[in-house]
Amino acid sequence: NQPFTVTLDENSFRSYRTETPGLDVSVTKENLLEWFEQMSLMRKMEQAAGALYQAKLIRGFCHLAIGQEAVSVGFHSAMDKDDKLITSYRCHPFAVLRGGTVTGVLAELLGRQAGMSNGKGGSMHIFTPTFFGGNGIVGAQVPLGAGIAFADKYMKKNTVTFALYGDGASNQGQVFESFNMAKLWNLPCIFVCENNKYGMGTSAERSSSNTEYFTRGDLIPGIQANGMDIIAVHQAVKHAREWALADKGPLLLEFVTYRYGGHSMSDPGTTYRTREEVQRMRSTQDPIKGLQKHIEEWGLASEEELKEIDKKAKAEVDAAVEEAKKSAEPELRDLWTDIYYAGTEPPFMRGREREEIHHY
Amino acid sequence: HSMTVREALNTAMDEEMTRDETVFILGEEVAKYNGAYKVTKGLLDKFGEKRVVDTPITEMGFAGLAVGAALAGLRPICEFMTFNFAMQAIDQIVNSAGKTYYMSGGNVPCPVVFRGPNGAAAGVAAQHSQDYAAWYGSIPGLKVVSPYSAEDCKGLLKAAIRDPNPVVFLENEMLYGVSFPMSAEAMKDDFLLPIGKAKVEKEGTDVTIVAHSIMVGRSLEAAEKLEKEGIKAEVINLRSIRPLDIDAIIKSVKKTNRLLTVEGGFPQFGVGSEICAQVVESEAFDYLDAPVERVTGADVPTPYAANLEAYAFPDSDVIVKVAKRSLYRTN
Repeated sequence: NQPFTVTLDENSFRSYRTETPGLDVSVTKENLLEWFEQMSLMRKMEQAAGALYQAKLIRGFCHLAIGQEAVSVGFHSAMDKDDKLITSYRCHPFAVLRGGTVTGVLAELLGRQAGMSNGKGGSMHIFTPTFFGGNGIVGAQVPLGAGIAFADKYMKKNTVTFALYGDGASNQGQVFESFNMAKLWNLPCIFVCENNKYGMGTSAERSSSNTEYFTRGDLIPGIQANGMDIIAVHQAVKHAREWALADKGPLLLEFVTYRYGGHSMSDPGTTYRTREEVQRMRSTQDPIKGLQKHIEEWGLASEEELKEIDKKAKAEVDAAVEEAKKSAEPELRDLWTDIYYAGTEPPFMRGREREEIHHY
Repeated sequence: HSMTVREALNTAMDEEMTRDETVFILGEEVAKYNGAYKVTKGLLDKFGEKRVVDTPITEMGFAGLAVGAALAGLRPICEFMTFNFAMQAIDQIVNSAGKTYYMSGGNVPCPVVFRGPNGAAAGVAAQHSQDYAAWYGSIPGLKVVSPYSAEDCKGLLKAAIRDPNPVVFLENEMLYGVSFPMSAEAMKDDFLLPIGKAKVEKEGTDVTIVAHSIMVGRSLEAAEKLEKEGIKAEVINLRSIRPLDIDAIIKSVKKTNRLLTVEGGFPQFGVGSEICAQVVESEAFDYLDAPVERVTGADVPTPYAANLEAYAFPDSDVIVKVAKRSLYRTN
C-alpha cells in the first residue's frame, strides 16, 4: 500500500487565466480500490432507486446520477471532512458520501421515518452537516454556496466550500452574481459546473453562448477536467482546494461528464440525443470501467477481486433497500414539526380547516 | 366532444398563434422537447423556431425578455416549467409587467401571458408545491386566471392571449391529463371566456362552496356526497382570481346563507381570506347564518411522504365535514 505516481492523460485538464493542475498524481492501491468500491456502490444505489421508482414506491421527482459517479466520489476523495458541499437536485451520491447512508437516502426516497430528512424532503432535499443539499430550484444553490464560504471565512475556519451546478443552471443570473461577490470578497468558494451536456432536454450548445463553462467567471480563473476519470477529478479538486486555502479566492471548475439516463425518471432521455451517443459514452467513457482497467493494468487487483467488490456493493444496496422498506411512514404529528425551530413555535398552527389545529 | 386540459391549452395556443402572427411562445423546453409537461407539443413543428423558442434556464432573464417583447408590440406566451420557478422572475412579473402601463400614464401596454403549472403536484415536496394565486392576486395591474376544466382552459387562455394586460395563467399539473366534456361552442376557434367571471358549476340552495383550479373538482365531489345526505351545495368555480367575481359569490350567499371557500394555498392571507373579507364588507354579511369557513392547504411547507401530504391539502371529506359544520350538522 505504498503511494505511487500515476500520470494522467495530457488532455485531462484545460485552464483559463491559470496553470493546469499537474498530471502526476500520487495514489495508493487502497485509494483506488476504495474509489472503485464507492463508485460501484453509488451506481447500484441509483439503479435501485430507479427500480423502486418504476415499482411506484418512490413519488414525485427522482433524478439519478448514473454515469456521473467519478464526480461525486472523486470530489469526496479530495475533500477534507469539514469542507462543505452544496448541489442541485441530482444529489443522492453526495448525500451518502458526505456522511449519509445508502439506507438513509433510499428511505428518504420512499418517504419513511428512516429517511435522512425523515421522509419530509424526498429525492431532492437531503442534507448532512457538511452537505447543504439537495436543492430543488435550478441555480439557487450557487449563491447559497457563496454564503457558506462567506460564513466559514468569517469564522476563520480553514475550509473550502464547493458549490455545484449543472450546465443548465450555469445561465441563471444569480450564478454570475455569486461569482462577482465571491471574487470581490475573495471567498474560499470553488464554483463547480458539473457539465453533463444536457440541461434536461436542451444540449449545452442550445442553452449557452459559451459552452466553455470554466471560462465564464470573468476575472475568476478556471480549470476544466475530464469528469469521467476519477483520478483527474481527484486531482482537480485537490488543486482547487489548495488554491482556496492559499487565500487565492474563488476558482471555477468544470467537469465534463455524462448522464446515462434521462433528466429524471419521467424523461426517457432519448428524444434529444441518440441512443448511439449514450451507448458510445457507456462503452468508451464509463468511469467505473475506466478505473477498473487501470487497477487491472497496474496489477492492483484481479478482475475476480473487483467483481467481488461489485457484488458486495450490490448486496449492501439490496440490504439497504430492505431496511428502508421496513421503516415506518412518518407519524401524523410529524406534519407539524420542523416548521419553526424546535421550542420557538407559535402556540398553534392551522390545518386545512379551523378545527384541524395542532397545539405545540 | 371531450378534451384533456393539456389538449385544450395546446389548442388554445395553436389557434391564437394561427390567428395572430405576433403571438409567440418562449420558455424552457417548450420547443424541441415539446414542453416539460407536453403542453406545447407539436407547436415547434407547426410554427417553427421563430415562434416557439427554447430558452436557457434563466427565468428572470426570459420573463424580462418576454415583458420587453410585449412592451414593443408582440404578444408573448411565457411558459414557466412551474410557477415555483417563476419566483426567480417575480420582479419582472410584478414590477415590469404589472406596473408599466400605469407608470407610463397608459402609454405602454404589456400584453403578456405568464403560464405554467401552479399549486401542489404529487410527491414533489416543499419547493415544488405551492399555490401562487394569492401572491399574484394581490397585485393591481395583473390579471390572474386559475382554470379548472378543459373548457375553462381553452376559453380563458385564448382570452388571456388576446387581453391587452399582463395575465398570470395558473394551471394545475394534476389536471393536465384529465378529460372533460367540451361543448360544440367550445370546440370552435373563436371560443372565448370572459376573464373576471365565475361559473356556477352546480346549483344548490343550502351552502355555497367557492373554489378554484383542482379544488373545484374536489368540491364537486364533496357536493355529490352532501347531496346523498340531503344537502344541496352550490359550487362556484372562480375561474378568475383577479378580477375576483365577488358579485357571483354575494348572489349565491344571499341564496344559501352559508359560505365556504376551498383552495390549495396556505390559509394566511389567502384567496379564501380575501373572499371572506369582501363578503363581510358587503351586504351579503347580513345574509350569513353561519361564520364563513375556509378550507385551505395546511399551514406547513408541503411534506414529501404521501401520508403527511394527504393531510396538507383539502380532499372531499374535509370539505364535506366543514360544509356540514356550517349547516350546524354534526352527523
